[in-house]
Amino acid sequence: MSSRALDDKAQKLQLAELPPEFQDQEESIKITGFWLFIVTDVLIFASLFATYAVFVNRIASGPTPAQVFQLNTALIETLILLTSSFTIGIAIWAMRQNRQRMVLAWLALTAALGMAFVSIELVEFAGDVAVGWGWHTSAFLSSFFLLVAAHGTHVTMGIIWAVALLFQLRKRGLTTVTRRKLYTFSLYWHFLDIMWVFIFTVVYLGGRLI
Amino acid sequence: MPALPSFVPYLIHTLFPPWVRRPTEIGAEVMMVAGGAFIVYWLLKYKKLQWLWNEWLTTVDHKKIGIMYLVAAIIMLARGGLDALMLRTNLALPTAHFIGASEYNEVFTTHGTIMVFFMGMPLIFALFNVVVPLQIGSRDVAFPRLNAISFWLFAFAAALFNLSFVVGGSPNAGWTAYPPLTELAFNHTVGENYYFISLLMTGIGTTITGINFLVTILRMRAPGMTLMKMPLFTWATLNTSALILFAFPPFTIALLESLLDRLAATSFFTLSHGGMPMMYVNLFWLFGHPEVYILVLPAFGVFSEVVATFSRKKLFGYPSMVLSMTAIMVLAYGTWVHHFFTMGAGPAVNVFFGLSTMLIAIPTGVKVFNWILTMWGGRVQFTTPMLYFLAMIPTFVIGGATGVMLGAVPADYQFHNSYFVIAHFHEVLIGGTVFGLLAGVYYWWPKMFGYKLNDRQGKWAFWLFAGGFWPTFIPQYWLGLEGMTRRMYTYPLGMGWHTLNVISTIGGFIMGAGFLVLAANVLYSRRHQEKDLTGDAWDGRTLEWSIPSPAPEYNFAVIPTVDERDWWWQEKERRRQGEKPVVVKPEEIRPIAIPKNTPVPILLGAAFFMGAFGLVFSWWDIALAGLVAVFSILIYSWFQYDHYRILSAGEVRESEELLGRLGA
Repeated sequence: MSSRALDDKAQKLQLAELPPEFQDQEESIKITGFWLFIVTDVLIFASLFATYAVFVNRIASGPTPAQVFQLNTALIETLILLTSSFTIGIAIWAMRQNRQRMVLAWLALTAALGMAFVSIELVEFAGDVAVGWGWHTSAFLSSFFLLVAAHGTHVTMGIIWAVALLFQLRKRGLTTVTRRKLYTFSLYWHFLDIMWVFIFTVVYLGGRLI
Repeated sequence: MPALPSFVPYLIHTLFPPWVRRPTEIGAEVMMVAGGAFIVYWLLKYKKLQWLWNEWLTTVDHKKIGIMYLVAAIIMLARGGLDALMLRTNLALPTAHFIGASEYNEVFTTHGTIMVFFMGMPLIFALFNVVVPLQIGSRDVAFPRLNAISFWLFAFAAALFNLSFVVGGSPNAGWTAYPPLTELAFNHTVGENYYFISLLMTGIGTTITGINFLVTILRMRAPGMTLMKMPLFTWATLNTSALILFAFPPFTIALLESLLDRLAATSFFTLSHGGMPMMYVNLFWLFGHPEVYILVLPAFGVFSEVVATFSRKKLFGYPSMVLSMTAIMVLAYGTWVHHFFTMGAGPAVNVFFGLSTMLIAIPTGVKVFNWILTMWGGRVQFTTPMLYFLAMIPTFVIGGATGVMLGAVPADYQFHNSYFVIAHFHEVLIGGTVFGLLAGVYYWWPKMFGYKLNDRQGKWAFWLFAGGFWPTFIPQYWLGLEGMTRRMYTYPLGMGWHTLNVISTIGGFIMGAGFLVLAANVLYSRRHQEKDLTGDAWDGRTLEWSIPSPAPEYNFAVIPTVDERDWWWQEKERRRQGEKPVVVKPEEIRPIAIPKNTPVPILLGAAFFMGAFGLVFSWWDIALAGLVAVFSILIYSWFQYDHYRILSAGEVRESEELLGRLGA
C-alpha cells in the first residue's frame, strides 16, 4: 500500500512538469484521441492528393493547370495562413502564462485571418467558375476543386470552432477543460496549415512548373 | 412550391416507382409496417417507452451499446441471409425465374453490402464494446459519448440502407459499386445514392470507433498490464482499430467522389471528361483488402481466448501470436491490387502483389499451428464455442489455400470473377469471421446477460450451420472451374452446372435452418437457463471473468493491479494453493464518476438520417435542414460541460454487498 502511495506521489511530481493541458489524466487522453483523429484526416488528404496526382493531366477539353492557377493569390493565402499559425501559437503561449485576455485576443485574430483566407479562396473559385471552368469540365478540375475545397471546408469548421471557443473561454475562463479545448484547436489549426503548405507546393507551384 | 394535387403523384412516383411495387417489395413493406406497429403497440401496452428511452436509447454504457450492436447485427444477419436464400433459389435449377434479372442484381448487392457493413462490422463492435473495457480493467471506453454516436450513425445508416428496398429502389451495382455501373448516365434509380450515403454515414461511425478503442487500449489499461500482458482479444481489437484508422479514409474519399459524380456532376470516375473508373477500384480496394482483415482479426482474437479457456491451458506461443497478428495487420496494406490483376498493371506490379498476398499465409499459418498446439495435452471441453473453433480450422485452411491459388497471377486470370472466388471468400468470411464471432457470442453471452445459452440447442444450431456450410460452398469451387461466373442470375440447361447448384442451394437452406435454431436457442435460453451467480461461467482466464455477470455499471469497484498474463487464472491457481484471495476491501472503494445518459447521440443520428434522405432524392432543402440540425446538435453538445454523475462510495459498497463481492 505504501509503495502505491509513493508511486502516486512520484506520478504527481512528474505530471507537474508537463504543460497544464496534459496534467489532467482525462483531458490528456482526449488529446491522444485528437491526434488519432488527425491521423485519419491526414489520410483523407492523402487520398485526395493521390486522386489529384492521377488526374492532373486528364484535362479533357478543359484548361491546363498553368492556365487555372494564379500564384499571386495563392501566395497571399499562404502568407495569411502561416501568420494565423503564428497567432494561434502565441495564444497557446499566453494560455500557459494564464493570461486570459491575451488568449482571447490572439484566438480572435486567428479566426479573423482564417476568414480572410476562406474569402480569398471563394473569390478565386468564383472567378474560375465564371469563365466556365467548373468541376464538371474535367477530371483535373474535379480533383483540384475537391482537394482545395476540402481544405477550405476544414478551415471554415475551424472558424466556427474558434468562435464557439471564444464564447466558452469568456464564460468559463482558463479551466482544465477549456485549456484542453484550446490546445486541440491549435493542433487542428497547425495541421490545416501544414496541409496548405502541401497544397501550395504540389498544386499551385507544381502546376506552374508542369 | 407545386400545388398539392400535382405534388402527391410526384411523391408517389419518386418514392414508389414501379420497381419497388413487385410482390417481394410489397411483402417486405407489409412486414415492416406490421412489425413496427407491433413494437409500438407492445411498448405502449406495457408502458415501456420511458424505460426504452432511459435505459437503452440514451445510454452511453459500453456494455449496453455492445448489446444494441448485437441485436442490430442479428437482425441484419436475418435480412442478408434471406437475400442469400433468394439468390440460391434462383440458381437452384437452370433457367429458373424465381426473381428477375434486375431484381437479382439488387439482391446480390444488398446481400454483400449488408453482410459486410451492417452484419459483420456491428458484430465485431458488439464484442469490442462488451469485452475490451472489462478485459483491460477499465470503467468504460475512452469516449463514451462518441461511442454512442458511432452506434447511432451505424443504426440510422443501416435503416437508410434497408429503406432502399421499399422506397425508391435498391442499389444494384454489387457490393463493390464499381463505376461505370454506378454512373448516373447508366444507372438512373436512386439506389446507388442510398449505397454511397449510408456507407459514408456508417463509415464515419466506424472511424470514430477505431479511434475510440485505440485510445482506450493504449491509455486506459489497469495498472501493471503492459502491452505484452494483454489478452489476445484485446490485441486483436488494437490491431483491428489500427486497420480501421488507416483503411476507412481512402474509402470515404472513394464514396464521396462517386457520390459527387452522381449528385453534383463532377468527372472523377465518369467515362467522359477525362474521368477514370480504375481510380475508384484502386481506392476501394485500398480499403477493401484491409477490411477483410478488419473482419477476421477479431475472430482470431476470439479463437485465442476460446481455445485457451476450453483446453484449460495457457495459449501456446503468446509472443508469436502477437507478432503474427501485427504482421498480418501491416501486410494487409500491401495486397490490394490482387483484386484486379486483370486490370493489366503489368507483370512487375502483379508479381509484387502476388508475392505479398502469398506472404500473408505465413503469419496466418503460425496462428493455426499455435491454436492446435494449445489443445495439445490439454483437457479439451467440447462446448459450442469450441465446436465453432474446431470447425474453423479445416474451413479456414482450405479457404486460405485457395486464396494463395488466387494470388498466383497467371492462374488468377482464369479464376477471376468466377464462382471460385465466391467460394474462396465465403469460406474465409463464414469459416473464419462468422464462426469466430458466433463462438464469441456464445462465449461472452453469460458476461452480457448473466446466463449461458443452452448448450444442447447451441450444438444443434452449430451442426446445421457448419454442416450446411460445406455443401453450400465447396461445390462452388468446381462451378467456378467449370466456367460459371459470379453475379449471373440464371444459366441454360446443358452447361453441366445443374447438380452442383442443387447441392449448393440445399446446403444454403440447411444453414438457414441453423440460423432459425440459433434464434430459437436465444429465445429459449432467456426463459429457461439458470442464472450464473459466479460471474465466471466457463472457469475463464482473463480479467472480465473476475467480476459479476452481467457487470455492474461501474465494472470494477476497485481497479485491480494486473501484473501477469491470464491474471484471473493465476489468481484462482493461487487460491487453490491456499493463498489469501485478492478481494474488494470496503475501505478501498472510492466514489466513481459515471458518464451521464444523453440524447445527443440518437438525435445526431436522426439528423444525419434526415439530411441523408434528402441527399438520396436530391431534395436540397431537406438535406440542408439535416445539415443545420447536425450542426445545431454539435454546437449544443460543445457547450455542455457536465457529463458525469458521481456514484458515492456508499452506493458502490451497497451494490457490491448485494452482488456478494465484499471480502471481510
